[in-house]
Amino acid sequence: MRQAEEVRDRRREPSPQGRPGLLVGGLVVAVAALALVAAASVALGARSVPLSTVVAALTAPDGSTDHTVIRELRVPRTLLGIGVGAALGLAGALMQGLTRNALADPGLLGVNEGAALGVALALGLFGVSDPAGYVWFAFGGAALAAVAVHGLAAAGRSGSGPVRLTLAGVALGMVFTAVASAILRMDAETFDRMRFWLTGSLAGQTPGTLARLAPFMAAGLALGLLLARPLNLLSMGDDTGRALGLSVGRTRALTGVAITLLCGSATAAAGPLWFVGLIVPHAVRGVVGGDQRWVLPYSAVAAPVLLLGADVAGRLVARPGEVQVGIVWAVIGAPIFILLARRRRVAAL
Amino acid sequence: MTVRLGPWSVRLAPRALLVCAALALAGCTVAVAAVATGEYTLPVRDVLAALTGDGTPAADLVVSRLRAPRVVTGLLVGAAFGVSGAIFQSLTRNPLGSPDFIGFTAGASTGGILAVVAGGSAMTIAGGALAGCVTTAALVYALAFRGGVAGHRLVLVGIGVNALLLAVNSYLLTRANINDAATAGAWLTGSLSGRGWDHAVPVAVALAVLLPVAAVAARPLRMIEMGDDAARAAGVRVEAVRAAAVAAGVLLSGTATAAAGPVVFVALAAPQVARRLTRSPGVTLGASALVGAVLLTGADLAAQRLLAPTQLPVGVLTAGIGGAYLALLLRKERH
Repeated sequence: MRQAEEVRDRRREPSPQGRPGLLVGGLVVAVAALALVAAASVALGARSVPLSTVVAALTAPDGSTDHTVIRELRVPRTLLGIGVGAALGLAGALMQGLTRNALADPGLLGVNEGAALGVALALGLFGVSDPAGYVWFAFGGAALAAVAVHGLAAAGRSGSGPVRLTLAGVALGMVFTAVASAILRMDAETFDRMRFWLTGSLAGQTPGTLARLAPFMAAGLALGLLLARPLNLLSMGDDTGRALGLSVGRTRALTGVAITLLCGSATAAAGPLWFVGLIVPHAVRGVVGGDQRWVLPYSAVAAPVLLLGADVAGRLVARPGEVQVGIVWAVIGAPIFILLARRRRVAAL
Repeated sequence: MTVRLGPWSVRLAPRALLVCAALALAGCTVAVAAVATGEYTLPVRDVLAALTGDGTPAADLVVSRLRAPRVVTGLLVGAAFGVSGAIFQSLTRNPLGSPDFIGFTAGASTGGILAVVAGGSAMTIAGGALAGCVTTAALVYALAFRGGVAGHRLVLVGIGVNALLLAVNSYLLTRANINDAATAGAWLTGSLSGRGWDHAVPVAVALAVLLPVAAVAARPLRMIEMGDDAARAAGVRVEAVRAAAVAAGVLLSGTATAAAGPVVFVALAAPQVARRLTRSPGVTLGASALVGAVLLTGADLAAQRLLAPTQLPVGVLTAGIGGAYLALLLRKERH
């Protein structure tokens, strides 16, 4: 199936390397779209402000309510959305490349829930409230979840690959979520602060959070983008990859590290989000083909566009309240996932 | 070993029978322990006397009005979850196939929360849960149907629907007023506290009707596990059997959820524990029902006593059981 897909992709778009100009242009368009959505995210919300005020707030703040809202709430939230979106989009693309499984997604496979359990442990049991401190717990949880899901999927004796992996991820994710919410519930004050985070939300983070988490996200993004070429080789199969000079074990390990960094920091910032990492790389592959050198950067740019768009939509549909971005994404993402599950012969992928 | 009686014959495995007898004994022991102990401890003699109808008035009140309904509800709900899980693990050919993960439990929760928000009584909540479960199952089945329902498609579509419903549930909870949210939250963890006979009776009826259906479907289900084509070649009407099995499994988990709330992971763990105990090649319905009953009443007893006087909801303990079970699955079958 994968080969058939690649053959089809190649037929439709004769070798992506042949037209890098077009693909670079597309990337520029995607970045422009991101800038547009970011502007909307800063301007729109329970209290919408005109763009001129936004510019004034950023260049010459006068301390008015609008300017404070923009500088203290909207801008950090938008930057957080860009970081989290890029991290999850890239993590999803990396996971799909690593597992050669079209249904891989950090939320679906339990990795984000593992990270959330780590954060819950840090906050609830160890009293670590600094984001730069509890992000390490998130990394631990994410890595543990990734290893456990792989082990569980390999343990089952029958059924098909993607289904097995997905079921294992969902099962583990539910255990992690149950334990995390039990831990957070022990302290009413912590639970009240974190319950929206637990459903996936960009709101409610202090401006400092992003600054504390940004280095980890940046490291994960850089490492992930550097892995495009080895992952291309890996997609041909372990043996072919090895014959072409690829160190299979090292590629797997580095990809695992990148996924852990990305999922851990994204979840520490915005809670366990589903489907961002599933749907964006899918859509991207439909446009640019199977070459990871394009899939990875495109996913990293396109995902924040969609994440911020969903966040803005969640703010606008329920004014003056808001719907958490995790809920908006599940409502958009689940039907697409069902379509993918129905349409493609995933079992044979 | 085969027992023949006229035109009917039943294959019996001696080990499975022994295990079932032991499980039934364990269930009775846990049940008696749960009825006898608590804030007001009764000697086993008084418990038995009260159960047969000639105990002291005090013992009678505690046993037949307060504790026995809870224990009986626990046994029945556990059995229903066990059978339901066995059916779905057989259908999906996967030890992780469980109504908890493919949307049915989440659908029951949605129905229950809606009933809470609408200001329903305990019975309305139960009805809402059952309706939610059945509606969700019909939706998943319809979405997964493409000239037949292959097990893997049922699982994937169910996982998608599950994600959607979990989001809907958390949205409803954030929108509900604080009292409704607290009521719904308590129900959502799954609990057996305060259950009366009116909770136990629907589950008993469901088991009485659906267990025979499941038992008849058990053998063709085993054939389907070998693949649709092989089963068809052996004369099994694959889609009809599958539809009947799904219906039985859904109704069992729906009524069980209606009675006790969405207690997760019992349906997941019970069939596999039963399979290992009986050393049978596939999942077994009878043993799964017994393991489910023992697991749930045992977990409920532990939830009441572990941190006494604090009463944990049984759902917290079964989540722990689920985690332990997954870890076991991971360790045991790794080679």
